[in-house]
Amino acid sequence: MKNVMDYIEMKIPAKPEYVGVIRLTISGIASNMGYTYEQIEDIKIAVSEACTNAVQHAYPEGESGEVIVGFGIYEDKLETMVADSGQSFNFIQKKEELGPYTESTTVDQLSEGGLGLYLIETLMDEVRVSNTSGVSVFMVKYLSEERENHDKAASDHETY
Amino acid sequence: MKVNIEQHQNEKDVFVSVSGEIDAYTAPKLREELLPLTEGNNKVITVNLKDVSYMDSTGLGVFVGMFKQLTKNEGELKLVELSERMKRLFAITGLSHIMSISDNAEDVGR
Repeated sequence: MKNVMDYIEMKIPAKPEYVGVIRLTISGIASNMGYTYEQIEDIKIAVSEACTNAVQHAYPEGESGEVIVGFGIYEDKLETMVADSGQSFNFIQKKEELGPYTESTTVDQLSEGGLGLYLIETLMDEVRVSNTSGVSVFMVKYLSEERENHDKAASDHETY
Repeated sequence: MKVNIEQHQNEKDVFVSVSGEIDAYTAPKLREELLPLTEGNNKVITVNLKDVSYMDSTGLGVFVGMFKQLTKNEGELKLVELSERMKRLFAITGLSHIMSISDNAEDVGR
């Protein structure tokens, strides 16, 4: 288990026009880490979906708020957390508080977020969702080849 | 980051080209422009997605909305010139089984 991590955190207004900014950022981070084009596109969609959920559901119409996106950069994986509580969080502590992603969570979340959460689950290797103090979506994408069979649809396209 | 929509139409058929990124910010604009085109019976709308560089569930939602409306009015929605990425998005969400998608412009069969 590798524990060395670089950490980047961004706080954006909970407005749809800033989801693209997060997408540019994660594209840069994932590219630096050596992910393939297909993997980067998958990560972009998953993280955008989480941000979209936060932007669209976290705050009632007319109320302003913020979304925090944390990126944990490891040698072998990229961890991303999207939280709509607007509060900075302790990344390590927060991720340990999140329970396993269960079948019942999936169904509940799918009815809320429609295709978005389904895509997050399909495109990332690990996903956990917490509903305590706002919604947090925590997701992991591994760099190493052997973990790619988690995402069967993606592996069909990995030609690198 | 923006989305551009070009369209031309004759009596029954509508042709639309979409370019740019379709996400939470641009999808409402797309919906606003495309959904009114589905009004009327037996409409056939062809949407070319060749120049769409990014799309997520917000974009899928727009096309699902069009598909539902057209199907109700006995019309048809054809999505054409999808990139590999785009085809994959429709495949993993299961939408490619119910909607007409194609990777080239001419052959718009399932």
